[in-house]
Amino acid sequence: MGALDIENVGLRFKLRSGDEVVALSNLHMQIPDKQFAVIVGPSGCGKSSLLDLVAGLKEASNGICKVNGIAVRGPGAERGMVFQNYSLFPWLSVQKNVEFGPALRNAPERQRAEKARHFIHAVGLKGFEDAYPTQLSGGMKQRVAIARALANDPEVLLMDEPFGALDSQTRSVMQELLIDIWEKHQKTVLFVTHDIDEAILLGDVVYTMSARPGRIIDTIPVDLPRPRHYDLITTPAFIELKRRIHKNLHHEVHKAIAAAAAHA
Amino acid sequence: MAAASSFANSILTPRRPISHGIRMGVGAVVGGGILLAWCVITYGGLSDPLFMPSPHHVVLAFWQALRDGSLLRNTGASLLVINAGFFLSSLVAIPLGILMGSFRVVAAGLEPIVNFTRYLPVTSMIPLLILWIGIGFEEKVAVIFIGTFFQQIIMIADVSAQVPSELFNASYTLGATRRQVVTRVLLPATLPGIMDTLRVTMGWAWTYLVVAELVASSSGLGYMSMQAMRGLHADYIFVAILVIGFLGLVTDRIFKWIKDTFLPWAEQR
Repeated sequence: MGALDIENVGLRFKLRSGDEVVALSNLHMQIPDKQFAVIVGPSGCGKSSLLDLVAGLKEASNGICKVNGIAVRGPGAERGMVFQNYSLFPWLSVQKNVEFGPALRNAPERQRAEKARHFIHAVGLKGFEDAYPTQLSGGMKQRVAIARALANDPEVLLMDEPFGALDSQTRSVMQELLIDIWEKHQKTVLFVTHDIDEAILLGDVVYTMSARPGRIIDTIPVDLPRPRHYDLITTPAFIELKRRIHKNLHHEVHKAIAAAAAHA
Repeated sequence: MAAASSFANSILTPRRPISHGIRMGVGAVVGGGILLAWCVITYGGLSDPLFMPSPHHVVLAFWQALRDGSLLRNTGASLLVINAGFFLSSLVAIPLGILMGSFRVVAAGLEPIVNFTRYLPVTSMIPLLILWIGIGFEEKVAVIFIGTFFQQIIMIADVSAQVPSELFNASYTLGATRRQVVTRVLLPATLPGIMDTLRVTMGWAWTYLVVAELVASSSGLGYMSMQAMRGLHADYIFVAILVIGFLGLVTDRIFKWIKDTFLPWAEQR
């Protein structure tokens, strides 16, 4: 049993035309405790849907997701999530956004404020506690979202292309920040991206997903030493891993495009 | 030459900000121009003073109406009616609108009737309302309620439906229950949109108020206008119009102040 088990999970839905689409088919994954697992796949392969299933925001057509052996039935605080669009509460200050989870459970005010401050400092936003989300840049918003998820102390952290909307310089800064935080507060993470560099840089293991219907077609352990830094991406070991993932992925992207063209 | 062309550039470029001085100056020129035209028409003898009062006649009429208490009495009557009607309408429309926009079952129940009623001009119901409840305070409140309510509920339902689902999902993954999603996410997220809706519909409520007072009433600014028309006192009609315009402006500023003060996080529109 892993911290997160995905057993024979499938997802189908009907289009308005009546055609059935198989988004995910018979997926198996076992993610051990405190592993940073990354799924990389072509867009539209169903990798985000998989996160929604684990989060309990969508219901699987078949199969089951388990967190520490307990089957997922609906969303819960033990599975925190960071979204691509930040999804901060605009009416709450940075401090209150980060306190949101503990406040839902009526955690003592002192304690939750303390905890929120700790994670706000950890993501480098000291001094922005009283700012509102509209006053922040995209990268800063995503820092708040990460702090908010971590302050809720989830058993599993789900990250749905969290840096996908950021410019490339901000993205590399955020990747280093996430590596740093993860190396300090080890958590089980399931991270979804279409960026191969990001996948290798962050992950203990990289799963490559096929075009729709999404399946895991390759599992690559990333044995690069930690603590990791951004300059890793120019090393031969990194490039070798990248070559392998790229080859698989490139093939799947072509399949996805061909399928879309056949459908149109 | 360079200075002149840069001035032309600054005012003729679309969306280019202009200086505070230019803005105030242009506003004063247009306002002053209208006032000047009014003076020319009236003091120049270009119009019949019976229909077009001169500025100083309007000021005198204002002073007279203020002194004999009729202006305050009628203004008070209008304010009481509009606030009562608007308050009752908002009290029902805000919760129902929020529910209608976010709960499909509420929408299924309310949408058909609301969509039918919102296109009925409230004025078409005034004869019926007079027949049922007379021409007093209650009838005018009812006119404002009906005129405002169906617009408010649709607009607020829209505000509620526009709250991004991601905010709900984010709160679910932080452990929120369904009830908490409503109280801690849906309600605060709708506040700026609700304030905007109230601000817009308050303007419409003034229209319904005046219509109700013109048709049948024994008090209020519309009634004051109507009485003045019967006595051919155009100056008093001007007073009533100016007071209504001024009160509308004040209410608009109040709504803006409330939003700026209590919802500083909302994006400005």
